[in-house]
Amino acid sequence: MSTLLDVKGLVAGYGGIPALHGVEFNLEEGGVTTLLGANGAGKTTTLRALCGMIRARGEATFAGKRLIGMQTEDIVRLGIAHVPEGRGTFTRMSVEENLQLGAMTRRNGSDIKQDIERVYDHFPRLRQRRAQQAGTLSGGEQQMLAIGRALMLRPRLMLLDEPSFGLAPLVVREMFHILAALNRDEKVSMLLVEQNASLALSLADTAYLLETGRIVTSGPAAQIREDEGVRRSYLGY
Amino acid sequence: MELLGQQILAGIATGAIYACMALAVVMIYQAIDHLNFAQGEMAMFSTFIAYQLMLWGLPYWVAFPITLIVSFIGGVLIDRVVFKPIHDAPILSHVVVFIALLAILNSTAGFIWDFTVKSFPSPFGSAPLFGSSLISAHQAGMIGVTLLLLVLLFVFFRYTRIGLSMRAAAANPASARLVGVRVGWMNALGWGMAAAIGAIAGILIAPVVFLEPNMMISILLYGFAGAVLGGLTSPAGAVLGGFLVGIVENLAGTFIPVIGGELKLPIALMLIVAVLVFKPSGLMGRTVVQRV
Repeated sequence: MSTLLDVKGLVAGYGGIPALHGVEFNLEEGGVTTLLGANGAGKTTTLRALCGMIRARGEATFAGKRLIGMQTEDIVRLGIAHVPEGRGTFTRMSVEENLQLGAMTRRNGSDIKQDIERVYDHFPRLRQRRAQQAGTLSGGEQQMLAIGRALMLRPRLMLLDEPSFGLAPLVVREMFHILAALNRDEKVSMLLVEQNASLALSLADTAYLLETGRIVTSGPAAQIREDEGVRRSYLGY
Repeated sequence: MELLGQQILAGIATGAIYACMALAVVMIYQAIDHLNFAQGEMAMFSTFIAYQLMLWGLPYWVAFPITLIVSFIGGVLIDRVVFKPIHDAPILSHVVVFIALLAILNSTAGFIWDFTVKSFPSPFGSAPLFGSSLISAHQAGMIGVTLLLLVLLFVFFRYTRIGLSMRAAAANPASARLVGVRVGWMNALGWGMAAAIGAIAGILIAPVVFLEPNMMISILLYGFAGAVLGGLTSPAGAVLGGFLVGIVENLAGTFIPVIGGELKLPIALMLIVAVLVFKPSGLMGRTVVQRV
């Protein structure tokens, strides 16, 4: 495996107040890496910095390209699909229009049609609701739509920000099954940010622990799961 | 009864003016999520450009497309030069700039072309339609052009990728960027299109109200009324609203003695207030259903 994303000394913040103080991690091609941490540790900020939604300093290299300083619109064109916190649904548009928007950077119309069908195969509920206004979907369905929209890019890397947020446990389980399948079958690499640590560790192969804007622990997911400090603070047993 | 029918027909004829303006208003609202108070003056200025081109000896059908292109470019430039830098500023800053733009365009037009009233040719001729004195060939042509524009816009926004991108950029800029839509250019395109549609409106309205720098001030209010009545999110609603405002104005002027000609404008404003109070989304505007 080769390194797909390499982050070094990432510094970013809001209104001059830094939230990240030199975050370092890397992500293997085809792997699932998770960033764990409490509220305010800098997980979302890291994802936002990586796709140019906020200004950042430091190094972030994706498949040989330097991301820092690039426009969000151009970062997307490298094959990085961000599934944002709050899902970023286009609420007034139909489900299908949301999916079409996900393929906005692609040109081949018949490929796009096929991919829409493939997303519907992964998420049959979305097929039933294809003409429905997206804002009327349930939270779980909107999260599926957000993931489906990201898939429409045919991404090399998906950035997932709290996909379990606000969802019922059963829906969360279904969601993570699908994510695992996508990683396995479609070879999409994933960077997963989660508060639900045990869930994230079940999907990820590598984990980093973020505390107040710094990486404090890292290692294979299985090993992090056994870590005494992580267990007490984040897994609760 | 015959009087009623005649007044409705006359109302539709006047309403075509408002419908055209309302369409331009909604167009820019879709693109930038704000009401553009300078929309009327932009249309007026475009009409003067067409006037100037014809003064230089160009035939109508050459001057017309050139005016549209110049207006489109002007709209894009206004966005790039004025509105892009203040993009994140609060809405009041935008309103102030809209008003500044209104004043600048108005006095610049007055400075270049002075404030005397000028006649403006119609491509449809001014003869009465079918011998009826209530609706002229020009007004009928105007209704036709407005409806055609509406259909073209509907197709553009509903069935083209760039139309979809524009809607996405207006509705949710952050998400639109995350799927790779170049939001800044979509705004610029929206401005360009609104300016071009405004130019069409101005060129069609000028033969009726005559060309002068203040020609659009009351018409823009009627246009706003039409847009609000029909629903700011719906181009079809805006056109319908424009026609309705024309009809209501005419009927009230004829059948309610105190209103006459003097109090027609307040009717438009009362209509805006009434719609905003009782049905804020307008007749055809989509009520946003959202789970929280």
